[in-house]
Amino acid sequence: MAVAKTSLNPEHLTWKGGTQPLKVGYGKIMMWIFLLSDTFTFSALLISYGLIRFGSPSFKDVVPEMTHKTFELSYKYWPVPEKVFESVPFLHGVSLPLVFVGIMTFILIFSSVTMVLAVEAGHRRDKADVEKWMLWTILGGLTFLGSQAWEWSHFIHGTEHGLVLADGSKVFGANLAVNEYGPVPFADLFFFITGFHGTHVLSGVILNIIIFYNTANGVYEKRGHYEMVEKVGLYWHFVDLVWVFVFTFFYLV
Amino acid sequence: MESHSINGERQKPQTKALWKVFWILLVITAFEFGVAFGLDADTFKWTKILIFIIMTIVKAYYIVGTFMHLKDEVKTMIWSIILPALFVVWLLVALIIEGGYIGLVRG
Repeated sequence: MAVAKTSLNPEHLTWKGGTQPLKVGYGKIMMWIFLLSDTFTFSALLISYGLIRFGSPSFKDVVPEMTHKTFELSYKYWPVPEKVFESVPFLHGVSLPLVFVGIMTFILIFSSVTMVLAVEAGHRRDKADVEKWMLWTILGGLTFLGSQAWEWSHFIHGTEHGLVLADGSKVFGANLAVNEYGPVPFADLFFFITGFHGTHVLSGVILNIIIFYNTANGVYEKRGHYEMVEKVGLYWHFVDLVWVFVFTFFYLV
Repeated sequence: MESHSINGERQKPQTKALWKVFWILLVITAFEFGVAFGLDADTFKWTKILIFIIMTIVKAYYIVGTFMHLKDEVKTMIWSIILPALFVVWLLVALIIEGGYIGLVRG
C-alpha cells in the first residue's frame, strides 16, 4: 500500500525510504522539530522572567499604600511595565503607555499575514504573487527591527529625570549592571528576551530575502514546487508567535 | 490546501480564511489594550492577567492552526507538536509558584 501511495506523491514529499511519515515532507518536519526546540529556549527565558519576577518584591510589598495610579519607579521593587514603556518616536515627553509596542505587534502580525499569502501563492505556483508578498514580508520585518532598535535605544538612554540609587548617585537609562526602571534583573531580562527575539527576526528577514532572491531567479519554478517558501514561512510565523507571548508576559501582565 | 496547478494556468487566490484570521488577531490585540487601560489594575489584577493569558492562547491557536497550517496536518503530527509544548506550561506554573517562595525566604 505504501508503495502505491508513494507513486502518487510528488518527489519532494517522499523520503529516501520511499514512504512519507506523518504525511509531511522531510524538510518541513525538520523545521517543526527545530521550532519545537526553539520553543523550549524561549520558554526557558520567559519562565526565568516569571520566576525572578515572583521572587522579587512587588511595590505592594514595599509600599503598601501605593496604587497603580501613584506608582513610581524604584530599584527596590519590580516595575509596572506601562510605566516603563510609554514613549513613542517623535512624541517626546508625551506619556503613551504601550502604544509603540502595540504598533510593533501590529506590524509583526501584518507581516505574518503577507507571509502566509506568499505561501498560498506558492501553492498556486504564481511566481509574481510570491515575489510581491515576500517583499511585503521583508518590509514588515525590517520595520519591526527598526522599531525595536528605537525601543532599545530609548531604554538604554532613559529619561531626563533618571533615578536616585541607595548610595545617592543618579542613574539614567539601563545597562546590564544598573538601570533606572527597577531591580537589575528587570533590564537584563529585557535585553535577553527582546534581544533573542530580535535576533530571530533578523535571521528571518535574511532567510526571507534569500527566498525572494531564489523566487525571482525562478529556482522554485524550475524545481516544480514552492515548499521552501512554506518552510521559511513556518519559521517566520513562529517568530510572530513568540512575540505574541513576549507581548503578553513582558508588557501586559 | 494542496492545489498545485498542472497546466500552469493562473489560479484564483484562496485568501478569505487568511484575512479573516488577520482581523481576528487584530481585534483581540485591540481588546487586550481595552482591558489593559479600561480595568483598574489594583482591583482587577488577576482578572486582567487571566484575560491576557486566555487571549494569548486564542491568538496562538489561530497563528499555529491557520498560518502554520497545523490544523491540516495528520493527528499524530499535531500531537507531536502540542504535547511537548503542554509540558512547558507545567514548568511555567511550577517555577512561578517556586518564585513566590523564593520571595518569601528573601523577604
